[in-house]
Amino acid sequence: MSTALPPLEPRASFDPFRLIGRAVLRVLREAGSISIFLAAVIRRIPGGIRRDTFVPGLYQVGVGSLPVVVVTGLFIGMVLAIQSYHQFASMHLESRLGAVITMSLVTELGPVLAATMLSGRVGSSIAAELGTMRVTEQIDGIRALGADPVQYLVVPRFMACLLLIPLLTAVADGVGTLGGWWLSCQVLGVSSHDYWMHANSMVTGYDVLGGLFKSLFFGAAIAVISCHRGFHCGSGAQGVGRAATESFVISFIVILIIDFLLGVLINSLYYAIWPGAVSLI
Amino acid sequence: MNQIEPTHAARSRDEVLRLDAVSRSFGSQVVLKDISFSIRRGDTHAVIGESGCGKSVTLKLMMALMEPTAGEVHWFGQPLSQRSEKQIDSERLRFGFLFQNAALFDSMTVFDNVAFGLRQNMNLPDSDVHDRVIERLQEVGLPAITAPKMPSELSGGMRKRVALARALVLEPDVMFYDEPTTGLDPIMSDVINELILRVRERREVTSVVVTHDMNTVRRVANAVTMLYPRALLNDEDSQVIFDGDVNGLFQSDEERIASFVCGDAGSRIAQMLSAA
Repeated sequence: MSTALPPLEPRASFDPFRLIGRAVLRVLREAGSISIFLAAVIRRIPGGIRRDTFVPGLYQVGVGSLPVVVVTGLFIGMVLAIQSYHQFASMHLESRLGAVITMSLVTELGPVLAATMLSGRVGSSIAAELGTMRVTEQIDGIRALGADPVQYLVVPRFMACLLLIPLLTAVADGVGTLGGWWLSCQVLGVSSHDYWMHANSMVTGYDVLGGLFKSLFFGAAIAVISCHRGFHCGSGAQGVGRAATESFVISFIVILIIDFLLGVLINSLYYAIWPGAVSLI
Repeated sequence: MNQIEPTHAARSRDEVLRLDAVSRSFGSQVVLKDISFSIRRGDTHAVIGESGCGKSVTLKLMMALMEPTAGEVHWFGQPLSQRSEKQIDSERLRFGFLFQNAALFDSMTVFDNVAFGLRQNMNLPDSDVHDRVIERLQEVGLPAITAPKMPSELSGGMRKRVALARALVLEPDVMFYDEPTTGLDPIMSDVINELILRVRERREVTSVVVTHDMNTVRRVANAVTMLYPRALLNDEDSQVIFDGDVNGLFQSDEERIASFVCGDAGSRIAQMLSAA
């Protein structure tokens, strides 16, 4: 017996403008939704944070992330040393390695790579946790019991990320600098005195604070995006998985955009304050 | 359609909740369209219908956990659109909600789950919180040794009872039950039905029970609203196919109602197979 197949629908013609338009609208819609969510979080900060929700948040973001940040920082420092050494040595400038490694770490690589690692570790975990609470109706349960889910779930996580991600970045900077020193001086034979002297002469407090200032924004972005994705999670296990993935991808893109914009701002401010100054930024 | 139409005066005096031409869509999918019915004070009102007809959505709309795309929900005679978000949040404390899958906070112990509402809304000393939590647990038949356990250590029936204790701890005027017996064995279903009856007797609360379990309807309800899936109706048809007394439901000879009450798919199987 033969079964008649349903007639094929005519294939929709490929329209690149429509595809681009849809993508742009989607990005704008998401950006608007995340901005409204951020405003809702900021509005609730003066309402205070309960200790029983804040302390676990601090632990999850800070203590739980410390090993990952230490390992990341250490290897960034060592990779920078190994990659830069031969090129600098060919110009007899290997004594300047300390300046290059420390400057690269505190201004760019430390904040950006620590934030990237934390958006994977902390952000995805927050998105998955809140997403699971959404699909199992626990967030509705919080509202039904007279509590505000944003105040109860998001504000403590936001504050924990805002406070601790700059501290974790400082740890990554420090460990990375030590890792670079160890490889340069203990393995590649650069003088310790030269390493620290050039690092000290080139890297200013402004550079260190500029990197930490950026990480404050990275922390806020990771917290808001991951909580937003968790709160707007689709149904089922697939929805939770997608929320965790989207949280990382969106956070990473936003981190790069913020890094660029703040890089321009910090650089402009530097030359506005100290015109004619020499900087490696 | 079997419809009871009370007078306006009687309706506004007795009404605890009213849905007025309420619709709710998710994207292009219309789940509820233009539904209206009310819940009277002291009633145990069952909202029934087959899976996917929008019962749970109706319950969340009533509880203001979801906003309607059109229409108006009234609490105690006043429309929700005239209240601020803050007013809704504080007035929501007059309602207790038993979620379909209990929705216990899985990172907290049973004690902390039940104490949650007290800690969030009342400034009580720890000893008072402790006493009230243990009292509520005992009211739903759970011993005090359950308190330090995590929700993952409990059976489905125990989780439902903890969720009931959590909902009752704030002494609500209205209790919502979302499919309270779904996923439970017949004995535990009967226990939950008995608890619903006891809650009504002891506290004189109004109850709204969303279910497709006709045993539950028979045992606990005195008023019923039956919804029909929007996708199976024509545009002009009402989605509320029954709204009235529970005896009227069981005596109805309307085909859709009778087949649901008897659990007889009838011509629906042929329809489904031909659609596939």
